[in-house]
Amino acid sequence: MSRTPPGNTTVVDRIRGGALDTVSAGIVRWGFVAVTVLLIGFFALTEPNFRTADNMFGMLKFIAPTAIAGLGVMLAMTVGGIDLSVGASAGFAVSIAAWTMVVGNQVGGVAVGVVLVGGALIGALNALLIVVARIPDLLATLTTMFVIVGLKLLIVDGKSISSQMTLADGSSAPGRFTPDFLWLDRGNIGPVPVPVVIFIALTVLLWFVLERTKWGRALYAVGANAEAARLAGIRVLLYRTAAYVGCGLLASVAGLLLAARIGQGDVSAGNSLLLDAMAVSLVGVSVLGMGRPNAWGTALGAVLIAVMVTGFTMIGLPYYAQDFGKGIVLLVALLFSFTFSRKRTVVVAGSMTN
Amino acid sequence: MTHDSTALLEGDDRAPVVSLRGVSLSYGSNVVLRDVDLDFAPGRITALLGANGAGKSTLIKALSGANPRYAGSISVAGTEVALTSPTVARLHGISAVHQKVADGIVPGLTVAENVLLDNLAGARGVMRSRRRDLAAARRALALLGLDWSDRVLSQDARDLRISDAQLVTLARALRHTPRLLILDEPTSALTSAEADRLFDVLRALRADGLAIVYVSHRFGEIEALADSVVVLRDGTVQSHSPRPFEWNGILHDMLGRATELAQKREHVHRGGTVVAEVQGVPLFPEARPLSLTIRGGEVLGVLGLIGAGKSELAEVLGGLARPAGGSLTLNGAPYAPRRPGDAIAAGVVLVPEDRQRQAILPGWSITQTVSVPFLTESSRWGTLRRDLETDRAAAVVADLEVVTESVQTSTDDLSGGNQQKVIVGRWLSANPRLAVLDEPFRGVDIAARRGIGAHLNTLAQSGNAAVVFSSDVDEILEVSDRIVVLVAGEVALDGYADTLDRATIVTAFIGADTTPERTTA
Repeated sequence: MSRTPPGNTTVVDRIRGGALDTVSAGIVRWGFVAVTVLLIGFFALTEPNFRTADNMFGMLKFIAPTAIAGLGVMLAMTVGGIDLSVGASAGFAVSIAAWTMVVGNQVGGVAVGVVLVGGALIGALNALLIVVARIPDLLATLTTMFVIVGLKLLIVDGKSISSQMTLADGSSAPGRFTPDFLWLDRGNIGPVPVPVVIFIALTVLLWFVLERTKWGRALYAVGANAEAARLAGIRVLLYRTAAYVGCGLLASVAGLLLAARIGQGDVSAGNSLLLDAMAVSLVGVSVLGMGRPNAWGTALGAVLIAVMVTGFTMIGLPYYAQDFGKGIVLLVALLFSFTFSRKRTVVVAGSMTN
Repeated sequence: MTHDSTALLEGDDRAPVVSLRGVSLSYGSNVVLRDVDLDFAPGRITALLGANGAGKSTLIKALSGANPRYAGSISVAGTEVALTSPTVARLHGISAVHQKVADGIVPGLTVAENVLLDNLAGARGVMRSRRRDLAAARRALALLGLDWSDRVLSQDARDLRISDAQLVTLARALRHTPRLLILDEPTSALTSAEADRLFDVLRALRADGLAIVYVSHRFGEIEALADSVVVLRDGTVQSHSPRPFEWNGILHDMLGRATELAQKREHVHRGGTVVAEVQGVPLFPEARPLSLTIRGGEVLGVLGLIGAGKSELAEVLGGLARPAGGSLTLNGAPYAPRRPGDAIAAGVVLVPEDRQRQAILPGWSITQTVSVPFLTESSRWGTLRRDLETDRAAAVVADLEVVTESVQTSTDDLSGGNQQKVIVGRWLSANPRLAVLDEPFRGVDIAARRGIGAHLNTLAQSGNAAVVFSSDVDEILEVSDRIVVLVAGEVALDGYADTLDRATIVTAFIGADTTPERTTA
């Protein structure tokens, strides 16, 4: 191609470009898995404590609430939305669970039920604001976040609730964190801690629903082009509502695990969950090169963060280095999703209106 | 018919403005343009013809700097240039007006600002002067013989009618005094009167020595306008022929097989059973109620300009909009769909007007796109069965001859016409009782149009009904058994194709025949 002007690619370049495309597609697809495996390998070699089964389960248990909240955000993202209220919902769940058991003197099972209903209601509120009132999702869920945090503080008088605490009238609270509730954090099923079981079960469930069922396909269709989905007969409003309700439920499950871990109704619990959950679900979009929100990617993103945080702590990095690490991971993930991927990434975070 | 396309056409001794030599382009392993040699002479309108996916859009992208990854050389006035971006192409005198008018207009800016948009993008002139902008915009529009008032120029461009928006994008392209102007289906959104106005402008520009590349599927326009026709097929130039055009040969070059340009319907069917009835439905607030009977066994073509109520009627039938009054029946029973899903369940499917906005799911494969309306049929206990999905997609691809490597290919990688075939095919795969197609042939080549037409015929012959909405007389004549002309939301003409002649239809349609007569070879 002697006629090729400068600045244009020759045939050879294009063939090389084709090979490069294949390589870069491979990196996009498996890069994150490789990084996670390399990190695990590195820490396992250098830190004897890291490679114990206890630590492996410990890491998963530690990250489970974040991962589950991340799955919730992921669910909202499938319909092209976003949910900023997951942290607040989880925090709400922590306080409400504590309040039900300690002030309401109920057993753990009741607390779980109350919390799940509360989570579904929060999701329904989000859906109401977004789907019916047509407030853009970013703004609607931001509002919900404040409302939920405020409501929680009103219910618990701005205080953390602990077992047999002293109430405002001077008497002692009748209830306490019951063992069945604490089992959510401390129990094991076989050798596996309960939070890890819940985390994996929810991941598998969401993977199955999203990738293998018609409902999942419909959710993705709504996210890809709501108008086209509507014209194809999909009940767009119903699916968007379902996604937000599902997100609210998952956030409250995350809150239940946090409450069981802390063992009291800490008013500040859940505060840091939003950003981590968001990061995990965004990382999940790029993991496996899928270019769309997905369950396994989100779970893997959470595991990567858990490995990083644990490993960094073990090799003696200060806790504040962790945020930096998370930031780098997120940056790289976003570069993979939006910059290097040839696939069109379908994430419309916070710009959807009806 | 195939000429040596590198040679200048006889009688055309002017030096070419733009020359392409060995221009190739591929997406991944898919070669979409192969060794194209072409010359564009000043003062000539070159029509670019080709079936969907022939490489027209890709050639235009390379020429206009939108895809700089081409191999081979492009020279302007004898000097080789590297067209690395649209801005560079414009500096070399190549301007393009793309098919989608809406993409060329920035809503929220005034009409004048839209005319001067390239200035806003440039680094010069940070401070804007409204008065100077208006003057500059007026000068630009004057080139098109337009004299718009300051009030029009100052209004929000989003309120422009689509034909005026088209003129704005054209005025913008002409501001740079290009040497080569590329127009990609400029009339697809215009009425025939508006198209005629555009043709006058183009003829004037040709007289001023501008080289024009004109892409269209409408042979009548090309016959009326072009000086030569370049045919692309599978990314290669098949022929470059001067006037007078030999249409049979051109069609053969285009499609790779013999095809008649004008296809007379051999048999005009008359439907029997009433499938659907529209009773006293006003299509828009000030319109009189419309009544219309849709019969099985015939293809009904509804002809109307933009604003005649075509889309409104299509939406009412498809369950997108509720009728403002009156009632509908389907198979003799009341039919009041509250949402598209109800219509689909009742056996009424709608192929919407705007494919990109209303049907295509970005990044989705053909299989997934085809499957969306049939998720329940393709699943058991809610779990999707990939085999059923793939079968349906494969059938659609085979039935409508969609050009694709596999059913897993993303619809983004298909040409516009093939995307349309996928969408039409998926709805026909539902074996609908009533198929409603709103402007199904926009940007679709003649072979695809024939294919879709044949399928509608088959559907009708099985006793079901098909309604095609279009603003193109020839499209309607080609596919319809019965023709209804819609004017201002009312039926202006209703009759069977073999009892109507073209002039009657056109008179009812726009009052007078202003479209260039179609050439029959």
